[in-house]
Amino acid sequence: MEEVIVAEGLTRVFNKSLVAVDHVDFGVRKGEIFGFLGPNGAGKTTTINMLITVLKSTEGDATVCGFDIKKEASDVRSCIGVVPQEYTADEDLTGLENILLCADLYGIPRKVSKQRANELLELVELSKFKDKKVETYSGGMRRRLELACGLINRPEVLFLDEPTLGLDVQTRRATWGYIKRLKEEFGMTLFMTTHYLEEADSLCDRVAIIDQGKIIALDTPDALKESLGGDIMTLAIEQKEADVTSLIETTPRVKEVKKQDNIYRVKVENGEETAPQILSLLMAKGYKVVNLSLTKPTLDEVYLEYTGKSMREEEATQESMFSKRITMRRARHR
Amino acid sequence: MTARNQNSKNPLHGLWALTNRELKKWYKEPIFLFMSIIQPVIWMGLFGKAMNIGSIFTSTDFPVPPGVDPQVISQQIMEQTFGTSDYFSYMSVGILSFVVLFTAMFSGMSMVWDRRLGFLNKALSTPVARGSIIFAKVFSAVVRSLIQAGIVLIVAFLLGLQLNPNFNVFNAFGVFAALFLVCIGLSSIFILIAIRSTRWETQMAVVNLLNLPLLFGSNALFPTKLMPDWLQTFAKINPITYVTDATRQLILFQTDVAQLTFDFVFLAGFALIFSTIGLMLSWRYLSR
Repeated sequence: MEEVIVAEGLTRVFNKSLVAVDHVDFGVRKGEIFGFLGPNGAGKTTTINMLITVLKSTEGDATVCGFDIKKEASDVRSCIGVVPQEYTADEDLTGLENILLCADLYGIPRKVSKQRANELLELVELSKFKDKKVETYSGGMRRRLELACGLINRPEVLFLDEPTLGLDVQTRRATWGYIKRLKEEFGMTLFMTTHYLEEADSLCDRVAIIDQGKIIALDTPDALKESLGGDIMTLAIEQKEADVTSLIETTPRVKEVKKQDNIYRVKVENGEETAPQILSLLMAKGYKVVNLSLTKPTLDEVYLEYTGKSMREEEATQESMFSKRITMRRARHR
Repeated sequence: MTARNQNSKNPLHGLWALTNRELKKWYKEPIFLFMSIIQPVIWMGLFGKAMNIGSIFTSTDFPVPPGVDPQVISQQIMEQTFGTSDYFSYMSVGILSFVVLFTAMFSGMSMVWDRRLGFLNKALSTPVARGSIIFAKVFSAVVRSLIQAGIVLIVAFLLGLQLNPNFNVFNAFGVFAALFLVCIGLSSIFILIAIRSTRWETQMAVVNLLNLPLLFGSNALFPTKLMPDWLQTFAKINPITYVTDATRQLILFQTDVAQLTFDFVFLAGFALIFSTIGLMLSWRYLSR
């Protein structure tokens, strides 16, 4: 299948020591929604910034729409659209002015851009507010405006960096709806990053799980879930100093046990029947189970499985924390 | 795609769009214009009127030798020191440089904000010329400072600025040409400082460190010939000195053509050098 984005050994090192993206290889197929899933600081935004030619790669190559991101940066720029993590629309300008400004940056003639801008504003349901200043927009509206701006040049590939960061759950779902609709309308390829597992699960055709700059798994969300090969039982015992890993492993149909403090993640086949067995075994040995849950595999479990930890907030640079704070604040603004 | 081929490759398209973005924020909010005018006007009104240097000689009880008119002495000393007997006229023209200096300073600040808020990254991901991103900041600072300087000049006139009797349209044109050149150079410098900066605190500190020495180490408020030698040396390379000299010659004094030409050559060189450096570094350093 034709690949629109190809990355080979793409690497970025900051300040000669911090490896933000570590030799990643992947290909994005034409027309799919490809997701980069990982916690903050995993290297998602750094990867996107290299692909959209805003950040130079330290090592490795990549092509977007067949153009080399280093040597043909200008060609790459004209065939992509970008929806950044931050709200980059100018608050002092109106929605329409902002979208026309984007069009001007692509050199789109005014006659064409005016018509396109109005069409896009219609699609993201902002027509009514197009002559209002962006400072009066809510988070969801700002996000939709960014989406419209990213599509003004009819890109072949649209990059979305954390498209629903800071939005509440309903607005997030609504935004997914807009993304799906726009994709159907324009039929482009989407490359998105997210640290919301449900987002990757419900939007993406294929997901790459990235952690500490490396891709640790890449497949469709369903295949990733299947690869877990069973249900996940999570239990906590009261005895913090005890280690019951080997005890649980003696139970039939237990495939794997992972311990984190006094919490155990147990991969089991046929969880409904195995769980009571484990429970009675532990109780017989005098351990007190204080918490128990049984889940069918989700992307969340996949993530835990591959990274060995749940999604955690990593220390970010002051700069990125600042812009994130601003993004969140504006998102909450009503 | 064919649609893409219709897109303009003209770099002025993006440059104008970005410049207009900056200007829109300014002319749509009259309060900003008012604030940017009021500060130089206050300086001019307070210092220019408060430092009534001419009356030092006329309002003392110092015993004057018979036959000497303190009024005449005062006139002569003032003429010798400032080139005009009216200190307010002298310093109000200097304030025009002040207007340009402070407007240019904010062009650097807005660069830092654009980086922090993500706008810069978004602009960089579009095919717009890198140089346009820099020059949009420069040109918007130029337009703003010329308009502000024009208004300040009118206010100064209303407050009692005494124009050179030969003042005409060409002089006015020359004044704006000089301010134009110095503003190109100064805003290029401030944007250069901001080109990689992500912290406005640092930018603010650097800018404050530069602004007052540039202002006081020039003839904007006081003649350099009365300054200590080392400060005179600094004033000789300070572009503010040249723009102030040029504007003063055009507005107040009888024009010394040789000196005025030299002022313009210096200012043009200053503008050319720093805008070129700005353009070159924008290709290299805007992307991180």
